[in-house]
Amino acid sequence: MTPFTRVVSVAAPLPETDIDTDIIFPARFLLLLDRRGLGAHLFHERRRDGVGARFVLDRPPFDRAQILVAGRNFGCGSSREHAVWALADFGVRVVVAPSFGEIFYANCFRNGVLPVRLEAAPHGRIMTAAETGAPIEIDLGSQTVRLPDGEDIPFEIEPGRRRDLMLGRDEIDAILADDIGDIRDYESRRRATRAWLDPRLK
Amino acid sequence: MPALTLYDKIWSDHVVKPYSDGAALLYIDRHLVQEVSSPQAFAGLDARGVKTRRPEAHLAVADHAVPTKDRDRPLPDSLAARQVRRLVENARDHAIAYIPMRDARHGIVHVIGPELGFTLPGATIVCGDSHTCTHGAFGALAFGIGSSECECVLATQTLKQRKQKRMRVLLEGQPAAGVGVKDMILALIARIGVGGGVGYAIEYAGGAIANLSMEARMTLCNMSIEAGSRVGLVAPDETTFAWLAGRPMAPAGADWEAAMAYWKTLPTDPDAVFDREVSLNVGALAPRVTWGTTPEDNLPIDGVVPDPDREPDPDRRARMQRSLRYMGLKPGARLNEVPIDRVFIGSCTNGRLEDLRQAAAILVGRRVAPNVAAIVVPGSATVRLQAEAEGLDRVFRAAGFEWRDSGCSMCVAMNDDRLQSGERCASTSNRNFEGRQGPNGRTHLMSPAMAAAAAISGKLADVRALESRRSMA
Repeated sequence: MTPFTRVVSVAAPLPETDIDTDIIFPARFLLLLDRRGLGAHLFHERRRDGVGARFVLDRPPFDRAQILVAGRNFGCGSSREHAVWALADFGVRVVVAPSFGEIFYANCFRNGVLPVRLEAAPHGRIMTAAETGAPIEIDLGSQTVRLPDGEDIPFEIEPGRRRDLMLGRDEIDAILADDIGDIRDYESRRRATRAWLDPRLK
Repeated sequence: MPALTLYDKIWSDHVVKPYSDGAALLYIDRHLVQEVSSPQAFAGLDARGVKTRRPEAHLAVADHAVPTKDRDRPLPDSLAARQVRRLVENARDHAIAYIPMRDARHGIVHVIGPELGFTLPGATIVCGDSHTCTHGAFGALAFGIGSSECECVLATQTLKQRKQKRMRVLLEGQPAAGVGVKDMILALIARIGVGGGVGYAIEYAGGAIANLSMEARMTLCNMSIEAGSRVGLVAPDETTFAWLAGRPMAPAGADWEAAMAYWKTLPTDPDAVFDREVSLNVGALAPRVTWGTTPEDNLPIDGVVPDPDREPDPDRRARMQRSLRYMGLKPGARLNEVPIDRVFIGSCTNGRLEDLRQAAAILVGRRVAPNVAAIVVPGSATVRLQAEAEGLDRVFRAAGFEWRDSGCSMCVAMNDDRLQSGERCASTSNRNFEGRQGPNGRTHLMSPAMAAAAAISGKLADVRALESRRSMA
C-alpha cells in the first residue's frame, strides 16, 4: 500500500448528505472481478446523467482532485469496497465529511485513502474553500487541513490507523507476522471450552 | 462483576488480544462467502501465497448475480456467469464448502446461514455484505465487512476491530392488525435517521420482542445497517432455541446442552448501561412506505409527500428536493394514490416463509392490477419448497405473480431482475437508493403485506382497508 503522508490538491466539493455506495459505484459494475480500473465507473450515473451542470468530477480543475469534500454520512449503505477502489483509481486520496458510513470508513484505510471526519463548522469552511478551486493541503503527520488562506484545521484520527496509513502497512501481513501465536492459543482454548462452535457441514 | 450487555459478552469472548491503540484482534467463528465481494479477497490471498486458515469456518454460495428463472439451463455466457464460476473455483482451491445454485440448500447468504444452523447465538459471523447484521437476530455478533477484511478472515480467522458504543432500542406495545415488523424498523429509522446508528451496536429489546418470530427478528436486525449501525442484536430466548434445534449444522446431543447452557448466559444483565436508549411504542404505528431515496424517508401510508420548503435543516431540505425530483413526486401528494408499475417480494429482509405467508394471505382470491408486473423471489430453495408445500405458490400464481427461484434478485438488480428507467416499484427490500433496482428506477419500501396490497390496488395502498373488506365478504 502506498504510504500516506501529505496531499496538496484542489478539492472537489460535493455538498450532498447521505451519498450511498450505490451512488459511488452502481451495483451492475460489481460483476467485475478485479479491484483495478474501477475509476471508470465512479459515480457512473451522476457523471452521465446529462442533467444541468456537469458533475463536479467532470469539471476542471476538479477532474484532477485528490480530495473530495462531501456531506454527512458519506459512503452509507452497501459494504462494497469497490466504492473505495473506484475513488482511489480515480485519484482521490482523501475524503472529508462530517460523518461516514462505518464499513466505507474502515475500507478506506485498507486502500491508502484517508477519511477525515470534522464537525459541521470547520467542514463548512473547507467546503467553501473547495468551491474556489484553490489547492488545499492535508497533512497526516500533523493531522491538519490547511486552507488556501493559511488557516489550519486540526482533525482527529485513531493513532493505530494513522500509523498504518503513514507506513503503508498491510494489516494482514502484520497479523500473520505478529499474532499467529495468539490466534493459535485462542483456538486451542476455545476448542477446550466451546467445541460446539466448530462448524460442521454435513 | 460489572453488568454487561449481550454485545459486551460476545465481544469479550472473542478478543484474541487487545492492541495498545484501543483496537482488538477479534476471532471470527463464521464467514459467509458470496460471489461479489470475494473474488478480490481470494486473489489477494493467492498473491500472498497464503492458504485459508480454517476452511471449515467458511461457507460459499452465489446469491447476488444468479438468475431467478430458467435455472435448469446453463448460465448464458456473461459477466455474472464468470463471477459464479470464479466463486466455484476459489471454493474448490481453498477447500471451502460451496452450495451450488441448483442445490436444495441454495439461497441468499443471510437466509441460508440461519436455515443451516451455521448461524448460532454467541458466535461472531461476518460476510462481505452489509446485511450480515441479519444474523444478530440469533444473538450472534454479526457484521458486514469489505473484501480486504474478507481476505483477512480467510488468512487469519481474525479481524482488527474497534468496539462500538451500545444503543438499546426498546420496542413496547403490541402492533395493530396490518402492522408488522417492517413497519417497526422503518419507523425507527425515520426516528433516528440513516446515520443515527453510526458507531453503535444496537440491541433490540422490550416487551414487543418476545412475540416476534425468528423471521421477524431477522427483518428487524437486517435493517440495522439502514440506520447506520453495522450490528443489530436480539438476545437469544426459547423462540431462538426452538428455531435452531435440529438444524443441520446446529450442535446436537451433549454439544447442544453445552451450547444452551452458554447461550442462556448471554442476555444483557439487568443493570447494564447503554450509551443511548431509544424507545418506540409499536402499538401506535400504522403501515409505512418510503417516499424518498433513503430508508429514513418513510411515513404512514395515510400520509402525504412532505414539503421540503417546511424542512428547517438546509442539508436535509436539499436532500428532500433531490429525492422528490428523482422519485417524480410532488409535495402534498397522497401516498396511497401513487401508482406503481412493479412489485417485488423477496430479499434478505423479507424473503422468508413468514413473509410469503403474510403476502399470500392478502392475495387469496384477488388479482394483481392490470398495470402491474409482480414477482416473488423466495429467499432460499428451502423457503420455496416449504411455500410450495403450503400451496403459497398457487396463491401467488393465481393472483398473477411470477414465482421464481432463490436469490437477491431485484433488491440489488445485478441479474436480469431490474426496473426499467422511470418504473416505480413496491418492494419488500431494504434500500430505496437512487438506481438501486436499476438506473432511474423508483423504489418504495414496505412490508410484504403492504406490497401485496399495492399489487392488487395498482398503487401504494393501505393493507388495513383490504383486510377489512375481506372480513366483510
